[in-house]
Amino acid sequence: MTETIPVTDSHGTVPVADPSQPLVQVRDLEVGFQTQNGLVKAVRGVSFEIYPGETVAIVGESGSGKSTTATALMKLLPGNGDITGGEVLVEGTNIVDHNEKQMAAIRGGVIGYVPQDPMSNLNPVWSVGFQVREAIRANGVATSKKDIEARAVEVLQQAGLGDAERRMKQFPHQFSGGMRQRVLIGIGLGADPKLLIADEPTSALDVTVQKVILDHIESLTRDKGTAVLLITHDLGLAAERASKVIVMNQGRIVEAGPSKDLLSNPQHPYTQRLIAAAPSLASRRLESSIAGESQDAKTFDVAQMAEQRAEAVDADAPAVISVRDLTKVFSIRKGGFRSEPFTAVDKISFDIPKGTTLALVGESGSGKSTAAKMILGLEEPTSGEITVGGTAMTGVSRKDLFNLRSRMQPVFQDPYSSLDPQRSIASSIAEPMRVHKTGDKEARRARVLELLEQVSLPAELFNRYPNELSGGQRQRVAIARALALKPDVVVLDEAVSALDVLVQAQILQLLADLQAELGLTYLFITHDLAVVRVIADNVAVMERGKIVESGTTDQIFENAREPYTQRLLDAIPGAGLEWTV
Amino acid sequence: MSDRNAHYVAPVDETQPGAVDQVNLSARKSNMWIDAWRDLRKRPLFYVALVISAIILIMALFPSWFTDADPGRGDLSLSNAPAEPGHPLGYTLQGYDIWARIVYGAETSLTVGLLTVLITGVIGVPMGAIAGYYGGWVDSLLSRIGDIFFSIPYFLAAVVVMSVLSDYRNPLVISFAIGGFAWASLARIVRAEVLRNKNLEYVMASEAVGRSRGSTLLKHVLPNSMGPVIVALTLSLGAAITAEATLSLLGIGLNGYYSWGNDIAQAQTVLRTNPGALFWPSLALTLTVLAFTFLGELIRDALDPKARARR
Repeated sequence: MTETIPVTDSHGTVPVADPSQPLVQVRDLEVGFQTQNGLVKAVRGVSFEIYPGETVAIVGESGSGKSTTATALMKLLPGNGDITGGEVLVEGTNIVDHNEKQMAAIRGGVIGYVPQDPMSNLNPVWSVGFQVREAIRANGVATSKKDIEARAVEVLQQAGLGDAERRMKQFPHQFSGGMRQRVLIGIGLGADPKLLIADEPTSALDVTVQKVILDHIESLTRDKGTAVLLITHDLGLAAERASKVIVMNQGRIVEAGPSKDLLSNPQHPYTQRLIAAAPSLASRRLESSIAGESQDAKTFDVAQMAEQRAEAVDADAPAVISVRDLTKVFSIRKGGFRSEPFTAVDKISFDIPKGTTLALVGESGSGKSTAAKMILGLEEPTSGEITVGGTAMTGVSRKDLFNLRSRMQPVFQDPYSSLDPQRSIASSIAEPMRVHKTGDKEARRARVLELLEQVSLPAELFNRYPNELSGGQRQRVAIARALALKPDVVVLDEAVSALDVLVQAQILQLLADLQAELGLTYLFITHDLAVVRVIADNVAVMERGKIVESGTTDQIFENAREPYTQRLLDAIPGAGLEWTV
Repeated sequence: MSDRNAHYVAPVDETQPGAVDQVNLSARKSNMWIDAWRDLRKRPLFYVALVISAIILIMALFPSWFTDADPGRGDLSLSNAPAEPGHPLGYTLQGYDIWARIVYGAETSLTVGLLTVLITGVIGVPMGAIAGYYGGWVDSLLSRIGDIFFSIPYFLAAVVVMSVLSDYRNPLVISFAIGGFAWASLARIVRAEVLRNKNLEYVMASEAVGRSRGSTLLKHVLPNSMGPVIVALTLSLGAAITAEATLSLLGIGLNGYYSWGNDIAQAQTVLRTNPGALFWPSLALTLTVLAFTFLGELIRDALDPKARARR
């Protein structure tokens, strides 16, 4: 099957590559990193091709070697990394032995690059226009000052900046994250490269912005016939955007093929696991009701989880926690002594029945985390009422508040900073018991061992330290700590957002099991609607401090009334996937 | 994968996915301090610095183990006399035993160094920690006080204090004169570390449990801010010893104590006839200061995983 892509070049003179010849060919690529423990191979024997105009996605968890592969194509590996074997053919020429000067001609001109984090990849002290002009000059697209200026304006216009000429004089901090990423895409495409490498281009952005940015890359590259190499951890996103998907694990390719074929007919057990664990694919799978029994005991099937919980829910249970007209107004300093009130949370109300999960969903700045902090007593509400098990939290004495706190425990987002690095695992888990003076030393020790077992961690971890554990394991420890005082409510603030898909599915499963076993009530704060479908019974959608829509998970997913909710739902990667099994 | 639309599957036996997120119990135990210690143990310079520091410490505690001579007994008949058995470095102009004076001077140097470090720490750590943790007007107030002290060069301040208190030239006064003005830079380091740590989620988790703010500061934030503090204090130990020697050299340092600085000052007049009188106390001073400086820098590198990776 050979596709013919209409290719137009803005200069109209450069001959276009033959679409039947690969643009980039990677053969048995090996990349090693020099570390304290000797040479560590990050990429081992990877081979693939990218044809002109084609979109290829590399999918993998952190540490799979996907980003290293991408940077090796441009020879932009960090100082201690080196290509130790294989070859990389760019338009038929092996670039492995190219020097810096030769590579400079390829970077930008043949291969453009869009980095992951738009916040740190623009230099804050130079205007945006300067940085675009610099890239254009470096790529030799234009030489005269006037041409460079004209090209820069053109690039920014293509990036979707309305009044490009005015905004060129502005600085990165005057741009939103999405806008900055558009500028970086503009820079990446500034010299009309034949291939654009986009390394997790949207992981730092809100879901709705993510969709816009990916649509933007798609339309720009389609118009110019640019090939795209998309690096992502999200299989749903990869399958939706790319014609070919490469799945990597531990530096090797485990499976590669046309995306639909790979999704509907995964062969390798690792790919099967990834598909079962991806929340973005779960909602699609639920609709086509293909969540069968998982074949592999190690596989966590999130779609299956979602179905099971739908059957178990008891809607008439009494509310454990109820929030009425909760409001938080911050005063924002405006320079001098003036300040301006800013309503972060605006009269939100909800109830969570015992043993159920309410997901509070919203994009960054929607006020969801502020709401969670008020419920945890870390932030004083401006007005409104929080009632926990019939006891009001506002206007109570310090001592009563102290006691109430034991009934509500948090799990935070970042597993790497939520445990004190100098405390042993046991000490961290036992901390709530020490603070609340429950039990003697022996009883606490027994409880810690019990908790370790509940979160499926070996008892041997008792006197080990957090930096010996992976992110998922640390998050288990954080969950164990939250459960130490046998709370009624656990507030999970983006608790699975920082984890890799397989680990995320495992933690979601653990949370569901614990809920069933201990009758826990969860307040689940997240930006990721895909995960909501798997874990939540009820959903409340927040936008600019207000709850704009709430209902049961099925109501929201099948019948969203608000356009904002609909937009969030459409933005779930893989939502537009035509996928039959 | 020659066919561009082929569906490639890796041989499963080579790429078998392991259990998800398995705990590796065979790994060695590690935390920040254990890792730092493992790194230090591999560095030869660490042992050199440690041995010199240990010798100085033992000299200070048990000077009689190193010499039988009396450092306070000057015999003019032995003025500028060369070395002889039992007196390996010879004599000064006044006929004092150079080696004995070096051995007994170690106690003074170390006392001043440690006292200064103690005073710097006792003032600087709480000032920086409270300013960083509580923020707001408390921070503004404490930081401005720190800025005032920071703007006065501590050595200049010590010169003034020692000139005024010329009747009390003992190690305690000199330590206060140095440490009382040197704490501001330590307070800045502590404040910056506390600011970094206080926004981490484990601090939030600790407060959400119900631990009070003060207790969270003591139990979680401060212990995690101690790395740079230990480094700064070790480095300032060397600086304090130098400062004492310099003050003594200028004649406004210690009075009535064996001090390397005093000995160096007095040896200046006989530099050409008896250079050993100047050289040996200077060497003792240099070695001591170097040892503590190296210790501080090695600990700094060992505590910094990035510096470890660079080597």
